[in-house]
Amino acid sequence: MNNMFQKEATVVKKEQLGPQIHRLTFSAYEIARRAKPGQFVMLRAAQGLDPLLRRPFSIHQVTENGTLQILFKIVGRGTQYLASLSVGDIIDIVGPLGNSFTTGASGGHCLIGGGMGVAPMLFLAKEMIQSNRPIELKVLLGAQTKDEIVSLLLNFSELGVEVLHATDDGSSGHHGFVTELMEPALLKSTEKVWNIHCCGPQPMLKQVAAICEKKRWNCWVSMETMMACGIGACLGCTIRGADASLMPSSTNYLHVCKDGPVFSAVDIQW
Amino acid sequence: MNRMLQTKIGSLKLPNPVMTASGTFGYGKEYEDFVNIHRLGAIIVKGISLNPRPGNPPPRIVETACGMLNAIGLQNVGVARFLEEKLPYLRNMNCRVIVNILGDSVEEYCSIVERLSDKEGIHAIELNISCPNVKKGGVAFGTNSSTANELVSRVRKKTTLPLIVKLSPNVTDVTEMARAVEDGGADAVSLINTLTGMAVDIYKKAPVLANIVGGLSGPAIKPVALRMVWQVADAVAIPVIGIGGICKWQDAVEFILAGACAIQVGTANFVNPKTCDEIINGIEEYLASNNYGSIREIIGLAKKE
Repeated sequence: MNNMFQKEATVVKKEQLGPQIHRLTFSAYEIARRAKPGQFVMLRAAQGLDPLLRRPFSIHQVTENGTLQILFKIVGRGTQYLASLSVGDIIDIVGPLGNSFTTGASGGHCLIGGGMGVAPMLFLAKEMIQSNRPIELKVLLGAQTKDEIVSLLLNFSELGVEVLHATDDGSSGHHGFVTELMEPALLKSTEKVWNIHCCGPQPMLKQVAAICEKKRWNCWVSMETMMACGIGACLGCTIRGADASLMPSSTNYLHVCKDGPVFSAVDIQW
Repeated sequence: MNRMLQTKIGSLKLPNPVMTASGTFGYGKEYEDFVNIHRLGAIIVKGISLNPRPGNPPPRIVETACGMLNAIGLQNVGVARFLEEKLPYLRNMNCRVIVNILGDSVEEYCSIVERLSDKEGIHAIELNISCPNVKKGGVAFGTNSSTANELVSRVRKKTTLPLIVKLSPNVTDVTEMARAVEDGGADAVSLINTLTGMAVDIYKKAPVLANIVGGLSGPAIKPVALRMVWQVADAVAIPVIGIGGICKWQDAVEFILAGACAIQVGTANFVNPKTCDEIINGIEEYLASNNYGSIREIIGLAKKE
């Protein structure tokens, strides 16, 4: 039985959530119904062959009737093309790809999303709430400015989950980095065992991993790299694994598409 | 399968001329959810060395205009693990398997060939003498015609399997290289491997790839590849396999009309995993709608008055 699919998906909804921030909803039943939080899809982001390569996106949300959402900021020609799509347009989509977040660990769970790294966290939060396990769940979000995050905050609060947020410019929430919210938020809880799930820019992930190491919290990070195939064939999406830092001469390469995108933070060479 | 697509590379009969280029299709299994892999003309697996290789440090790839640069650095599982872990799957799938091999020395190439030659399920060998992404070996054999001739002659003595030699475009005269490997006993040549290139990050003010240089592939290189296939088809009597930026059936037909008896699809596999399937169908329809009974009738047809 197939686990991955290549489909011509129809755009069924498009939303602009902030300046340059867009959310697209596709009908992609086979992919949506198998998708797990943390997995990604590869989209053709051109009508012809330029830009050439597919673009990877975390799965933002799925619905029972077989739709799938991505969330993105316009940063280049590929995302510009995606933002120009209209409802009814067709897009070539491959997925679901990669591994997923570990949701079953005991203890509290804290979801941290920075910038567009918030995308998989909505899917993950929903999944955890729907599992009906009596777990303590916190969400910490970071953005450059209020306009980038205000709509997304609503989506999380609709789930009834506790959300704290930070902005770089102080226009909303804590003025500073989202990582500065971690210790105050988690240490005041009676829960002593924490599982941190995070996605965002590399410096943020590194900082989260460092805090978790210090506090002995479990930490999972969703990594991002340039990618060509997304299915383990091109071997282009390499990152360095932790063993290489212990022995600088060795090369413990990991591949984000197949070994990840979610890794235990202790397995990564920061 | 329709017989009109049958083609031959030396003694190797293929049901159709569409193959997957080495390094773009893993060891086949990676694509099983997307492609009927037994339907492909052949699968050319990721280049195999005697011992496993870790490959180059990241970043390894970058997108360019209508193409991409890669400096994977021949990361592979090595010949022993290939035989143990990868080949049985392909044998079960009834695929025609061409093993791409590479080495740092003539001896290394020879000992890989010795270990592959008597194994069931291997249909041909493609010698990679043209990878631009490793410091020694590989391309060293691919840019000097007497070294290439010597390598092919020595490998030739080790196997009766059809021997394809993959040529580098990063030479002054590709026909000289083609003649040298034909003279050494190659059954076919495949071309082109990637063109050496680079990209610079203007904000970091540094090369994008950790390896500094990488191999350019994708539709951007097709005209260069086509020109070289045209020249080599005139220069040698052995079959020529066309590679370089083939993304759709029309591209494949161009290469065949220019003298290629088969083609390989590379980077396009990343963009559209169904490319090979679509090309097989497209060539078949092209032949039928133009009243050709066999692909052999159109090989090199653009050369004839």
